Amino acid sequence: MSNVIYKIGDDISTDIIYPGRYMATVLPSETPQFAFADVTELNTMLNQKEKSIPAIIIGGKNFGCGSSREQAASTLKGHNITVVARDFARIFLQNSINLGLNTVICPEIEADENDELEISETEVKNITKNKTFPIIPLPKARQAIVEAGGLIPYTQVKLKAKLGL
Amino acid sequence: MGQTIVQKIIAKQCGLNSVNVGDVVEPQVSLAMSHENAALVINQFSEIYKGLNVEANVWDASKIAIIFDHRVPAESKKTATNQKKIRDFVAKQGIEKFHDIRGDEGGICHQILPESGYVMPGGIVVGTDSHTTTHGALGAFSFGIGATEMASVWALGTILNVEVPATIKVIVDGELPKYVSAKDLILYLIGKISAEGANYKVLEFHGSTIRNMTTSGRLTLCNMSVEAGATSGIVPPDSETENYLRTVAGYKGELEYILPDEDAEYVQIVEIDANKIEPQIACPHTVDNVKPISEVEGKSVQQIVIGSCTNGRLDDIKIAADIVRGKKINKSTRMLVFPASSRIYQEAMELGYVGDLMKAGAVVMNSGCGPCLGVHQGALGDGEVALATTNRNFLGRMGNPSSEVYLSSPAVAAYSALTGVISNPNKGEN
Repeated sequence: MSNVIYKIGDDISTDIIYPGRYMATVLPSETPQFAFADVTELNTMLNQKEKSIPAIIIGGKNFGCGSSREQAASTLKGHNITVVARDFARIFLQNSINLGLNTVICPEIEADENDELEISETEVKNITKNKTFPIIPLPKARQAIVEAGGLIPYTQVKLKAKLGL
Repeated sequence: MGQTIVQKIIAKQCGLNSVNVGDVVEPQVSLAMSHENAALVINQFSEIYKGLNVEANVWDASKIAIIFDHRVPAESKKTATNQKKIRDFVAKQGIEKFHDIRGDEGGICHQILPESGYVMPGGIVVGTDSHTTTHGALGAFSFGIGATEMASVWALGTILNVEVPATIKVIVDGELPKYVSAKDLILYLIGKISAEGANYKVLEFHGSTIRNMTTSGRLTLCNMSVEAGATSGIVPPDSETENYLRTVAGYKGELEYILPDEDAEYVQIVEIDANKIEPQIACPHTVDNVKPISEVEGKSVQQIVIGSCTNGRLDDIKIAADIVRGKKINKSTRMLVFPASSRIYQEAMELGYVGDLMKAGAVVMNSGCGPCLGVHQGALGDGEVALATTNRNFLGRMGNPSSEVYLSSPAVAAYSALTGVISNPNKGEN
């Protein structure tokens, strides 16, 4: 169970999640400070949040559209965030899976800030509102990467096989 | 049942006769492109090799391209250090398709790849940049990926777990009116199907308008396909493709064309009458907020940007030069021009376009991504409005969330530079 710390609208681009001017900062250990840098309220909240406490951001449709910058996924992962959105743009979703950022596709989600949510494999339960919303599972091909712990360990298995290690 | 062009390309790159939409496959990559974000790719690449006790070497250095374009010359010590790290990696790995900050062979990755003959019809191109969709203009299946995914490609030479996408067939017939270009056509399409109308799908372009379009226009179409959410845009290759590859890219080898089957299955068909399109403007803050220019005319603009991987090619610069030649840019605005490559810059100089633009008051910058993504040069002040030939108008895109970005064709942008307000060149003396 965790709480919704912020609700944001449709078509949230990676320019909003991680503005271009910070793109020279690439390492996942360094990107979190710039998450939503131009949404001052959210940036402050994230930077003041205790990292060990998971939290949820609610997105609308087409979350993560635009640039392929992977920092947009690593910056949120660094804050222990789960993004629940109506749907996601392709590259952002793939980057999230590759890096292990929790993304939940929930087309009918209704949730407001401070609501408490319980996320299972099949549904999101809004405990505060006492309502349940179905999740669209990740395609099997992507599930395999999640189960491997991300694309790096998944690639390592493939590479070992290729090199005969 | 027949196959789309992308199904046939994927099948070939997997060594299969056919693939179905939704199949999960692991195709061979023909070209893997990165820009400055290669710094992150290098980091992730070394992570993959950690603990394996083998030297971390890329699968095939001849299939990797790295082009510096996002912040050139470097705007900060951080960027400069990243670029240095990439140069060291390029030298160690023997990557020859490397384009450094140079006035002879530098430029924007999505212009360098086609003009250097790095993209071939029928291949699979992946790039750590969402506008990698551009290269579908030459009949390749080309799409953007993240840095970790690129590190995986560098290690394996394949791209893991690709789901064969469905395809939307876009048929455009007729003749685009005067001062209406490929940019207006793609903005019109994005407005029609929305920013996620082609999510997880390919846009395959057909019709007489596309057949009669130059490769430059096709590059613009495919470049912005991603703004409709498309995995890729693609134009079936034809005699124009061959002409471009022979004369511009200087390619002398064999060409193999993969074309869609007549009875290919499409998830949707969109038909457009080119004759009816007027200049289009994408209004803040989404690319699908598209209006015909008649609804936006008169809006004051403080900065005009002509350039980028979308519209920084020679024909774009020519039309801008033709419009401003002998005139003066309005004192209430400023005009920045970024040729898409050093080669285009040189051609524009030789043809006198650079002089025409400068005499009118434009600032002609070095080739690069410039202000398009707000990382380097051309920032906007609070409350200012830009009209740009670039590809995105998201909030804060040009570096300031208190500014607005409108998108248009080069003709509209250049004419509006003269008036200081968004204006239709068809109403001018030009």
